[in-house]
Amino acid sequence: MAEIIQEEKGKKGGKRRPKKHSTHIDMTPMVDLMCLLITFFMLTTAFAKAKVMVITMPEKDPTEQIKDQPEIPAFRTLNVLLSGDDKLYYYIGVADPKKPPLPTLIKSDFSKDGIRKVLLEKNKDLFTKIFEYRDKRIKGEIEVADTTADNTIKEMKKADKKGPIVLIKANDLAKYKDIVNIIDEMAICNIASYAVVDISPVELEMLKNAPQ
Amino acid sequence: MPKIKQPVKSPSIDMTPMVDMFSLLLTFFMLTASFRPQEAAQIETPASISEKQVQDKDILTIFIAKDGKVFFNMDNGRDTTTRFRADVLKKMEEAFKEKYNLSFTEEEVDLFSRLAGFGMPIKDLKAWINAKDSKEREKLQTGIPSDSTDNQLMYWVRYARVVNPYAEVAIKGDAETDYTAVKKIMDLLQENKVNKFNLITNLVPEEATPADIPK
Repeated sequence: MAEIIQEEKGKKGGKRRPKKHSTHIDMTPMVDLMCLLITFFMLTTAFAKAKVMVITMPEKDPTEQIKDQPEIPAFRTLNVLLSGDDKLYYYIGVADPKKPPLPTLIKSDFSKDGIRKVLLEKNKDLFTKIFEYRDKRIKGEIEVADTTADNTIKEMKKADKKGPIVLIKANDLAKYKDIVNIIDEMAICNIASYAVVDISPVELEMLKNAPQ
Repeated sequence: MPKIKQPVKSPSIDMTPMVDMFSLLLTFFMLTASFRPQEAAQIETPASISEKQVQDKDILTIFIAKDGKVFFNMDNGRDTTTRFRADVLKKMEEAFKEKYNLSFTEEEVDLFSRLAGFGMPIKDLKAWINAKDSKEREKLQTGIPSDSTDNQLMYWVRYARVVNPYAEVAIKGDAETDYTAVKKIMDLLQENKVNKFNLITNLVPEEATPADIPK
């Protein structure tokens, strides 16, 4: 591609004119260098910023015992037990060894038809309400800023008195992704209240006897 | 009859538009570039639907690799005049001076403030800073001790929080890491009054609709 500068020949005699130089500049090296730089920048640039999932844990202060714990009705409590292998178990209510019989564990998984169905069914009212609100915003029926919308949804979640209270517990076999998956499932199903808590010995025992 | 000589034309192509385009692209990439930070370990994050972006400054990142090794990274702060990394290193030097006979020169502190994530016991830190190339550095990355007998990660977190009180904590764990390893780190952070965690995840959009509710 390089330009070949041809010397003019065959003009002997006559007037001697000063040689005319071509005004073209050979751009090839410049193009080469630019290609190199572009490739370098393209490969080293991190375009997409990492996404984060924010989770706030309750304060752990041994000196400050929580005295007025709110009463949670047993039927609203949904316990999710994680045990690795992409499976999970859940039960409703409280597992108290002093008050037999113990609830039976139901096996489920992280798929669309797994725990999500259970969560959606239990959280029907709130989920539909939030979904309709978001839908209206997308269609342009309600015009509010993002932060206002977030706050409205937060208020809806706070006011909810019927949805489940999900307690997430994991044993030693659970993987990090299980925890992330289940918290993600809470976000998908618009669950108002959930917490990651320690697993109790009774529940560990229940997991051992659970159907595989 | 003599032949008519055709003037020989030089086979040149006008490169100007090409150069124009390239300079445009180059300028674009140079201005938008934020370099991919060199990571201490290969970590594949789990997926979630969260669309919140991680802030790029004032953040402490704790990496948890598949095998439970822990790495740590922090930045120098939003302001170009602050050098939080250097300040934290000086505090660490103070704390571990007697135990490991630590001392860092000014150059080492300066170099450290320009480096990225790391993960090794504090006694190997000097060797890591002075390592010639990234391969040598990689060899030294054995993870920060974070068990109860020698909890150096706690010191890093604590001093980083003292130096930069606005710093938030992000956890970048591998999807296959044991939950117990992550929980250990979270408990440690909670003991240091960090109750809000940013779990770094991959965005995989997923949505449920009212049609999914079982009848």
